[in-house]
Amino acid sequence: MPNVTNEEAKAEVPVFANPADTPSKGALARALDSDIFHSFLKSKVTVVAALGTIILFLLAFLAPWIAPHDPFDLSTISIMDARVPPVWMEYADPRFLLGTDDQGRDLLSGIFYGMRISLIVGFCSVIAAAILGITLGLVAGYVGGRTDAIIMRIADIQLTFPAILIALLIDGATRGIFGALDREVFSFYILIFSLALSFWVQYARTVRGSTMVEKNKEYVQAARVIGIPAPIIMLRHILPNVTGPVLVIATINLALAIVTEATLSFLGVGMPPTQPSLGTLIAIGNDFLYSGEWWIAIFPGLALALLVLNVNLLGDWLRDALNPKLR
Amino acid sequence: MSVLDIQNLKVEFPGRKSTFVAVQGVNLQVEAGKILGVVGESGAGKSTVGNAVIGLLQEPGRIAEGEVRLHGERIDGLSEKKMRALRGRRVGMIFQDPLTSLDPLQTIESQLVETIRTHLPMSASQATARAIELLDSVGIPDPAERIKQYPHQFSGGMRQRVVIALALCAEPEVVIADEPTTALDVSIQAQILELMKKLCVERNVSMLVITHDMGVIADITDHVAVMYRGKLVEYGETDQVLGRPQHPYTQSLISAVPRPDIRVKRFPVVNYIEEAGTPTRHIDISTHWLGKARDYAKPDGALVKIRDLDMRFETKGSIFPSRRKYFSAVKKVSFDIHEGETLGIVGESGSGKSTIARVITGLYHPSGGSIDFAGTELTSLKDPKKVLAMRRQMQMIFQDPYSSLNARMRVRTIIAEPIKFHKLASSNSEVRQIVDDLLDHVGLGVAAGDKFPHEFSGGQRQRISIARALATRPRFLICDEPTSALDVSIQAQILNLLKDLQEELGLTMLFISHDLAVIRQMCNRIGVMRNGELCEVADCDALFENPQHPYTKQLLNLMPSMELLSRANLQDSVETPA
Amino acid sequence: MLGFAIRRLAQAIIVMIVVALLAFTLFRFVGDPVNQMVGIETSIEEREALRERLGLNDPIPVQFARFIKSAAQFDFGTSYQFRQPVSDLFLKRIPATLELSFMSALFALAVGIPMGIYAGLNRESWVSKLFLSVSLIGISLPTFFIGILLIFLFSVTLQWLPSFGRGEVVQVGSWWTTGLLTVSGIKALILPSITLGLYQMTLIMRLIRAEMLEVIRTDYIKFARARGLPNRLVHFRHALKNTLVPVITITGLQLGSIIAFATITETVFQWPGMGLMFLQAVQNVDIPIMSAYLLLTAFLFVSINFIVDILYYLIDPRLRVERA
Repeated sequence: MPNVTNEEAKAEVPVFANPADTPSKGALARALDSDIFHSFLKSKVTVVAALGTIILFLLAFLAPWIAPHDPFDLSTISIMDARVPPVWMEYADPRFLLGTDDQGRDLLSGIFYGMRISLIVGFCSVIAAAILGITLGLVAGYVGGRTDAIIMRIADIQLTFPAILIALLIDGATRGIFGALDREVFSFYILIFSLALSFWVQYARTVRGSTMVEKNKEYVQAARVIGIPAPIIMLRHILPNVTGPVLVIATINLALAIVTEATLSFLGVGMPPTQPSLGTLIAIGNDFLYSGEWWIAIFPGLALALLVLNVNLLGDWLRDALNPKLR
Repeated sequence: MSVLDIQNLKVEFPGRKSTFVAVQGVNLQVEAGKILGVVGESGAGKSTVGNAVIGLLQEPGRIAEGEVRLHGERIDGLSEKKMRALRGRRVGMIFQDPLTSLDPLQTIESQLVETIRTHLPMSASQATARAIELLDSVGIPDPAERIKQYPHQFSGGMRQRVVIALALCAEPEVVIADEPTTALDVSIQAQILELMKKLCVERNVSMLVITHDMGVIADITDHVAVMYRGKLVEYGETDQVLGRPQHPYTQSLISAVPRPDIRVKRFPVVNYIEEAGTPTRHIDISTHWLGKARDYAKPDGALVKIRDLDMRFETKGSIFPSRRKYFSAVKKVSFDIHEGETLGIVGESGSGKSTIARVITGLYHPSGGSIDFAGTELTSLKDPKKVLAMRRQMQMIFQDPYSSLNARMRVRTIIAEPIKFHKLASSNSEVRQIVDDLLDHVGLGVAAGDKFPHEFSGGQRQRISIARALATRPRFLICDEPTSALDVSIQAQILNLLKDLQEELGLTMLFISHDLAVIRQMCNRIGVMRNGELCEVADCDALFENPQHPYTKQLLNLMPSMELLSRANLQDSVETPA
Repeated sequence: MLGFAIRRLAQAIIVMIVVALLAFTLFRFVGDPVNQMVGIETSIEEREALRERLGLNDPIPVQFARFIKSAAQFDFGTSYQFRQPVSDLFLKRIPATLELSFMSALFALAVGIPMGIYAGLNRESWVSKLFLSVSLIGISLPTFFIGILLIFLFSVTLQWLPSFGRGEVVQVGSWWTTGLLTVSGIKALILPSITLGLYQMTLIMRLIRAEMLEVIRTDYIKFARARGLPNRLVHFRHALKNTLVPVITITGLQLGSIIAFATITETVFQWPGMGLMFLQAVQNVDIPIMSAYLLLTAFLFVSINFIVDILYYLIDPRLRVERA
């Protein structure tokens, strides 16, 4: 049997585009054309969540300029306005769109300011936890051996304790050390400290895992063969390659930090009533739930849920988009 | 009538920007009891053909045109339920990687029995009896005992036998084998191919074997189809196609295959093959930066002297030293590498050949023995400055072109890093000039510097790796399986490049490979390793003509025979063995 | 098997010692135990005598050893607030917390696992998408707010279920009290259990779904399909069993954290468990209760983890051989 050859394929003169000849696109053009950006546009929920997040962030950070009232300005607050219902109910006051709390503070403004405090606490603790966790994770993963064993044992032990418990214990301990009154001055820092201390483990474990994978990749070995010292390899070569998972954790942790802060404040061990976060507002409202003044607890709660939901949606999408296995 | 008849098959994958046509106009027939090979390089669409036949195309792939017939009956476009009844029962499938093909949490017995009982009306005990019989026929010793074990208790070759038994459970008419031996060592590969050939005859099964390996094709197939970019370029009887290839692509593919029996000076570069990069400018190496500072003092004897090298890894840690367990990857290995020569080290996976490379470059600290490089004992060297000076002189090229470059760095930064780190250039503009020259010299062109590694193909990335290794102006270059992840045509080019560089720069090389044929093309002397021990070191031709060690003889015997292959393009470059 | 169990047990004991060290540090150095026990008018000499009697002047390791010894005998000292032995206070409250935690865990597993399997196998179906959306809301709503919403809906507005307390409880044995034997007890359990279990349920569901999706992509699932095995076998014998290995670990951790999260739920529902007592102890700096709570919860977590490790070992044959 003679060989059958494909004449059509034979006639085709192979012209190969050498990728080295096509100009490389700029960073922005590449980002806009990337699969990740495309998957972002394709997921309508994510686009809505991103918009929602931006709006909520703006409302929170611009609170002093856009809030209808200043809940911290005692001269404008009157106890006479206490527990006014939202405008669409009976006995409402048009000045207070969502009603007022037990001290006559405008609930809508309180929510804006509370969100601001929640977000600041959230961001600060996420950054602190990330720095701590990434550093320890990189060192544990790259150095290995005993260093790794010690760091990871600590992480394991800590992981058995939920964040909320650690935060409560730290809070209790600081009350014991400083006394309840002095402590209030530092409560913001103590809160961030305890949240960071609760969340670093996740970063450390993830970064360690990725670092151990990256460490054995040949580009790291090539850098070692060149003679580059370990700290530079960790920062220049490994760190940029483990940012994907870190970004996902940071997003999800922001949501978690906001929830945990709100929970602590609700339990009365977070932000003090003088600087009310969303959790503090809900705690105040909780006392009036049974007497029918539901809005004091429910509106801040909904704002909190909306904020966390949007951030979670973004984190969820980011995780799927960055997971090569799910493409 | 053919058992399996594929007519005018077209498979496409609709994507976000355009529809990708993976396979187009493919016609294939598999005769009863015969083996049809489909060969091609990556991206040829050969695996897609197999997946299309069995109806397991990856989402969102679909058969756009054509027909697939099994004994004359159309099987493309069947409902999922009918297709399922067909899979395993009439068409069996064997995948590439035996380590991941079996469910780790189920015994071999339960996986065999469930498959048998899905397709054949048998009681559990009948099915078990049949399973044992099957294991016996695929050459698993002591099948009645071993059937109760879990996959991880079997070696890679044994697992592939289990996979074959699973594919044959219900006496299918056709078995599709997708790269059935690619993940296996040479000696195991030969056994599995033998088994497949035997089963074909004994059980009158037809096979469709998909592979990139000309050796496999030459070894077991009756007919062969050559695919290129989704199209069938040549199709016929195996010895016809391999011996007298008609299509230029087949010709160039065959001439690029390294042969154990011939030593080629340079591989013929055929224009059908992608990315045949040639330098755009000619650089006179002797006066260039790359060639400068080569006037090293001549070493006393060999450049590299390895003595009694030992490397063991802790496999089980314990606080008590007596309870720790170790694995010896390299045992008392001694050899020399002379200035300007290429020493090859060949061995199967786990033989310790890569470990030696990593110990010499300092990635691992040896457990014992000495490494003398140009008169300096490396294992006891402590002064960081001297260590760096030694590091600069020896560089390494790695196996995996996809992980050996930092994906977050531009190519220019990657290549400039060693120059800057070792302060080998006086100014940034000089660094830039050197990087440009290097890129040109390895055949990539200056424009490549501003791109990221993912914009390049495997072969091009390996060129970048080579440029990075050259950037320290090394004296000694270690190549650890530099082409085993590449297609055969790209491999030929990279081997040519390495040969040229060695000649121009007078490099000393340690070349590590599992592939005897490649080793033969590259090396002056060859060392054969097994289980951490160096069996024999001999001159290249002497080793092939007159092997001393029994293991070397065994390895040479297992080499797939390449005598069938056409030598058309090789005439001008053949170095006849002495 | 025995060697594996012993190794794990040794690790668990190390964890407990570290936690005990923390609890001891808290107990001994945060706030002065003597100041808490005496009045303002007590003289310095009397304080010093008390200090000596309590052994607070002994070397720290001796004190730590004494602390561990009494903790092992379930003696955690006297509460500052209640002036009662801490162990008595805990004994009264442990049944309430364990009952609540158990019901929530049951709810989380019984609902979360089937939902996760379904969503993992039918990735594109609208039911899965609905599950996923609901689960995101479940994760985004803080536990205490879920509790508030449930109270507002079912207690305040509809008045179907009680909003606080355990209802009527029945004494079982010498110290255990249960709400499971009375109608009001069961009614009182419903809202807190859902509140506490909802978050874990969504986590378990999402975890199982994600693991399922990973496993479905593996070669052995592809090979099982290529052998023509029916979906039932592919999904439940091959995919589900492989999914379980990681799921069990994380689920174990999650169930452990239920006991800690109970603190929040107990506060919202005024549930008379040890979480509520712990929270009050934090607010009133009642150090003995705090350190006892730390030790007790750590003991529960470590026990759960130990059981999980053993389960893991039983499921995965690869572990069995490597250790042998």
